[in-house]
Amino acid sequence: MSTRKHGTAALAAAVMLGLAACAPASTAPASQTAGTQSPGATGQASGTITVFAAASLKATFTQLATDFEAQNPGTKIMLSFAGSSDLATQITQGAPADVFASADTRNMTKLADAKLLDGTAENFATNVLEIAVPPSNPASIASFADLAKPGGKVVVCASQVPCGAAADSVEKAAGVTLSPVSEESSVTDVLGKVTSGEADAGLVYVTDVKGAGDKVRGIPFDESGKAVNTYPIAPVGSSRNKELAAAFIAMVTGTDGQNTLSAAGFGAP
Amino acid sequence: MKQARNGGYGGVPRWIYVLAAAGALFVVLPLAAMVAKVNWAQFIPLITSEASLQALGLSLRTSAASTVLCIVLGVPLALVLARGRFPGQRFLRSLVLLPLVLPPVVGGIALLYTFGRQGLLGRTLEVAGLQIAFSTTAVVLAQTFVALPFLVVSLEGALRTAGNRYEAVAATLGAGPTTVLRRVTLPLVLPGLASGAVLSFARSLGEFGATLTFAGSLQGVTRTLPLEIYLQRETDADAAVALSLVLVAVAVAVVALAYRSPRAAERSSALSGERTTTARAAGGEAQ
Repeated sequence: MSTRKHGTAALAAAVMLGLAACAPASTAPASQTAGTQSPGATGQASGTITVFAAASLKATFTQLATDFEAQNPGTKIMLSFAGSSDLATQITQGAPADVFASADTRNMTKLADAKLLDGTAENFATNVLEIAVPPSNPASIASFADLAKPGGKVVVCASQVPCGAAADSVEKAAGVTLSPVSEESSVTDVLGKVTSGEADAGLVYVTDVKGAGDKVRGIPFDESGKAVNTYPIAPVGSSRNKELAAAFIAMVTGTDGQNTLSAAGFGAP
Repeated sequence: MKQARNGGYGGVPRWIYVLAAAGALFVVLPLAAMVAKVNWAQFIPLITSEASLQALGLSLRTSAASTVLCIVLGVPLALVLARGRFPGQRFLRSLVLLPLVLPPVVGGIALLYTFGRQGLLGRTLEVAGLQIAFSTTAVVLAQTFVALPFLVVSLEGALRTAGNRYEAVAATLGAGPTTVLRRVTLPLVLPGLASGAVLSFARSLGEFGATLTFAGSLQGVTRTLPLEIYLQRETDADAAVALSLVLVAVAVAVVALAYRSPRAAERSSALSGERTTTARAAGGEAQ
């Protein structure tokens, strides 16, 4: 429910922003007006865009948006984070997004099939699963096979969500059958069960382990390569500021963006 | 305009009806929109899938259990709040009502730090061999936490309205406090108790946030109907809508049941003459 609430709040903010964008040009800051008068020539974009990004991109995209605004004065990047399928649904229902960054190709394809994208999506990152355990590792987990040990409380994502689908593939590849005590509907819920010490282990993304700092310990495993999640990004067709949207996407897929993403644990596309 | 009491004075300006209609529409329209989205051809298969039936069964079982727990814990609380005199009574009442206004997810976090493995009581319970995390017990605890205020508020209101005249009479006739409670007080407030219990049941049935945070989500163990709807929504909107309709139907049935109680309450006050006899009988029995 909480992610949904956030989504709604972000949506409301995005709507307000849309209204603000409709205000007369005279209220726009000078730099913005100047930018619009000489478009394209210097590649200088201006104004405001709203980026809908998967929840797992929260830390990196917040960083990237701040960097982008610093490099391009007069621009504003509004961010809305939620589960990829929630965001895709919101865009389908007409939410005013300029850029969509999904945690899986399935939800991006959904929008492409509905002709809601402007051009094609570009892959900009990958993510793999990792085992997260509490720092004390109470169940002495050292490998993927250890997750099937009796007595250990293992939490995974439900197969309906991307991280659960990835967990299923890994299970098959490893030939290990898990009997989880809970199948959560988001990867953050899995991580929460591990950081609070309720679960002995959870299957989350490498980036989640990194983002949690010293609250959990990560245990990489070979089979994780069998389920690589690809993150695509694309401009949304209804965008009112296609120039700025393209500039932001260029930053994410460019050197700066790739460095920030790789520092957070994401793999190259 | 103003007429005699039984001359048909409605007392409501016409424009109020317009706003009231808008208010009713505000509630009914989203429900109608949802019903319009139901895929009727697939409705029966969708709601009779194994996952759906297990979720519905679990929801009904846990809600019944938490209603019983609410009665066991809530009746004494309501009695103490309505009849007792002690310092900090107001403070206690506000605390007990807190779950009414708290976001359920906050309740879930609070429960986690109480009954969780690393929680306040969790370690002690684990030593005693009780594992609450990820169990159906956790679901019942989460539901009881959010539903208890509904029972306490309903019952306390009923107790205050009923007053304590009959209890006083029964006591002067020699009935002990427990006899008065059993033979006079509880029968008097039975309609209030019933509607409180029904409301608690309804609140338990709809509980989502605290359960998700505290109990987890596993088919047949902790995944109640609202959690199943939330999960289905990710991939299968038709299934989510169909299950939502089931939950609406159950909720409507429960509310209909609860709305029978005001009339039941009137009936019981019409019979209050009989209550005096009961009080006397109670006194007699004690003598």
